[in-house]
Amino acid sequence: MTINILYFVITLACVTALAIPMGHYLAKVFTDEKHTLPERLTYRLLGVDPDRGMHWSQYGMALVLANAAMLLLGYLLLRVQAWMPLNPLHLPGMSPDLAFNTAVSFVTNTNWQAYSGENTLSNFSQMAALTFLMTVSATTGLAAGAAFVRGLGHAEKPELGNFWADFTRIVWRILLPICFVLALVCVWQGVPQTLASDAVATTLEGAKQHIILGAVASLETIKHIGTNGGGFFGANAAHPYEDPTPLINTLHILSMLLIPAALTVAFGRMLARDRQGWVLFGAFFVMFVGFLAIVYPAEQAGNPQFTALGVDQHISATQPGGNMEGKEMRFGIAGTSLFVTTTTAATTGSVNAMHDSLTPLGGLVPLGEMMLNCVYGGKGVGLINLLQYAILAVFLIGMMIGRTPEFLGKKIEAREIKLVMLAVLAHPICILGFTALAVLWPHIADSLGNTGPHGFSEILYAYTSATANNGSAFGGLSVNTPFYNTTIGLAMLIGRYGTLLPMLAVAGLLASKKTLQETSGTFPTATPLFMGLTVLVTVVVGGLTFLPALALGPLVEHIAMLHGQLF
Amino acid sequence: MNDTNTSIRSLLRPAITSAVLFMLLTGLAYPLATTAVANLLMPWHAQGSLVQRDGQVIGSDLLGQNFTSPRYFHPRPSATQAADPADATKTVAAPYNAELSAASNYGPTNRKLIDAVAERARAYRSENGLAANALVPVDAVTASASGLDPEISLANAELQLPRVAAQRGLPRADAERLLDEHIAPRVFGLFGVPRVNVLELNLALDALARTGNNGIKS
Repeated sequence: MTINILYFVITLACVTALAIPMGHYLAKVFTDEKHTLPERLTYRLLGVDPDRGMHWSQYGMALVLANAAMLLLGYLLLRVQAWMPLNPLHLPGMSPDLAFNTAVSFVTNTNWQAYSGENTLSNFSQMAALTFLMTVSATTGLAAGAAFVRGLGHAEKPELGNFWADFTRIVWRILLPICFVLALVCVWQGVPQTLASDAVATTLEGAKQHIILGAVASLETIKHIGTNGGGFFGANAAHPYEDPTPLINTLHILSMLLIPAALTVAFGRMLARDRQGWVLFGAFFVMFVGFLAIVYPAEQAGNPQFTALGVDQHISATQPGGNMEGKEMRFGIAGTSLFVTTTTAATTGSVNAMHDSLTPLGGLVPLGEMMLNCVYGGKGVGLINLLQYAILAVFLIGMMIGRTPEFLGKKIEAREIKLVMLAVLAHPICILGFTALAVLWPHIADSLGNTGPHGFSEILYAYTSATANNGSAFGGLSVNTPFYNTTIGLAMLIGRYGTLLPMLAVAGLLASKKTLQETSGTFPTATPLFMGLTVLVTVVVGGLTFLPALALGPLVEHIAMLHGQLF
Repeated sequence: MNDTNTSIRSLLRPAITSAVLFMLLTGLAYPLATTAVANLLMPWHAQGSLVQRDGQVIGSDLLGQNFTSPRYFHPRPSATQAADPADATKTVAAPYNAELSAASNYGPTNRKLIDAVAERARAYRSENGLAANALVPVDAVTASASGLDPEISLANAELQLPRVAAQRGLPRADAERLLDEHIAPRVFGLFGVPRVNVLELNLALDALARTGNNGIKS
């Protein structure tokens, strides 16, 4: 028990320590005026001028068009898989609705998977379609984050920077070098990286075991660094080839939090408001620890039904105890709980345990984190989401004290608040709307892996995960149907661009405003008090909307479990 | 309106070129370069940590495999499935199927889960000669997340040890020494859980049987 707490403390200390140098590096990449040689060559091929500033609408347009082209290319590659190389298992191309769902899923950084990698995708598709889309979607999010922060710093200058320059730099200077090194570390610990597709073993008892292999390490690394989450295998990071040792498990956790946490430091750097950056970091951190403090005790306490059957769930020197259904021995309860909290905080959606088999309160944590969508959050967008709540907090405070709200020296006025509310509302409308549609859809019960309140949680989880661009699942739900592939695909698109574009507009509007001198009447936002208020607004505005839905799912299931009610 | 059209048209070339260029760079160059370096430096790991005995591949050090014989330590329950040979549209239980990793995905209040755990606990007690009310380690009766979990807890291994030793006619002390040698501790005393790799332990048992009891140093 003590050792598990110590494990949490040390890992989170590493997150904080890594955020500082990484944040400084990010700020340098985002503001550097020089272009390196590979970058200059890239600009020439693209035919763009990297120094031309873009208005928020141009930036947004470039982002959407580039993503559309990448989506289309990814879709084509998945459809024509049968004719592509490196496919010795002769896997056919994906069906149109599944290819649409998958390409949308990977380009929006969601990585929802309505298929199992090992029996659906060739080694070529895993590299050229998925590893490609994972990298560019992470790049897109990070570029948007950089543009947003730049907009906050500009005074009467509506440009947010150049999308192509941001995109190119993030790939060349951040993602590729980090991923290359980390992929080799993964291989050293046992993650395969080979062009072979399989191996056949004869087990000690004489059975045949057909082992699927491939370029796992390169995908696995960008999956976590880019907070993507889509697995090479159906079991995702629970598969021993994706996450073979406790050391790699911890490395995956640190990889997921590295850039989202560092972005707060980069934010402080770029605006010359270091304290403000740490206030945002603190808000992330407080919510993260709060969620971890729910999931770990819930999973360690285990399932009372197991205890009634004479199953020992106590933690001891010889066993991890707790609810081990759907968990792996090498991670135990602590390594699993921290991963669960991280993967939905950073909206990665990779799983090292099956979330469907978590205890009700344990399962509430990933759901809640995705509903708030700003506990660290995904590449770039997590920071944008938190700032949206910070702006809302400033506005509410302004209402209470009767002053024009200001944030970072910018007046927050009706237009900004309308756009912020558009982004804030797109999220619950999409989640709850699609969930309501799904539960009313004919024969939907056939898709459920569990019945009772847990069945409702499965559907709620699916649309929450899609809208939050997370991609993890309550895996018991059978989602490879035209209804789910289409509605979940739409939810992913709304969740991604329905919040990203309004917030880019907010950045554009703020960039063209004057920066005001702070006076004694200005409400200071670089304080612990403001951090607390931001967390409060996030939980109240972001969380309260979902309380009725949570009450129907995990909360009622928790009570049922304690009373021995089975379904 | 004209402005928007020109703006979109001027964005088309970079959009399309960037898709192709970054596909080649991040979808092919990056994974292929990683493959080349990894296979040069760490070929065994890069190719799946396959374990050989007498020149034949008998599994992967990282993947569990099914053991049912009482002469071997048994792994955790696995929920992997395979296509039914009689009817391809259906699936049947196929523990440790490395073609398709999978979990039960049963929720905590699912009757099927509780029934499965009750049945596994009963079978575990009878296999290992335990009393009907003996406590059973939780990892021995719950399905893993991948269905390919290669490891079990020490508590689980210790309860299976008397059975394995008796079946092989191996002195208990030798079996215990072998088990001790195969405990994987926490990394840096901090990360993970102390555990035992079932395939490695069973391989060592077989090796001991082949070389006679002198194979193990006392």
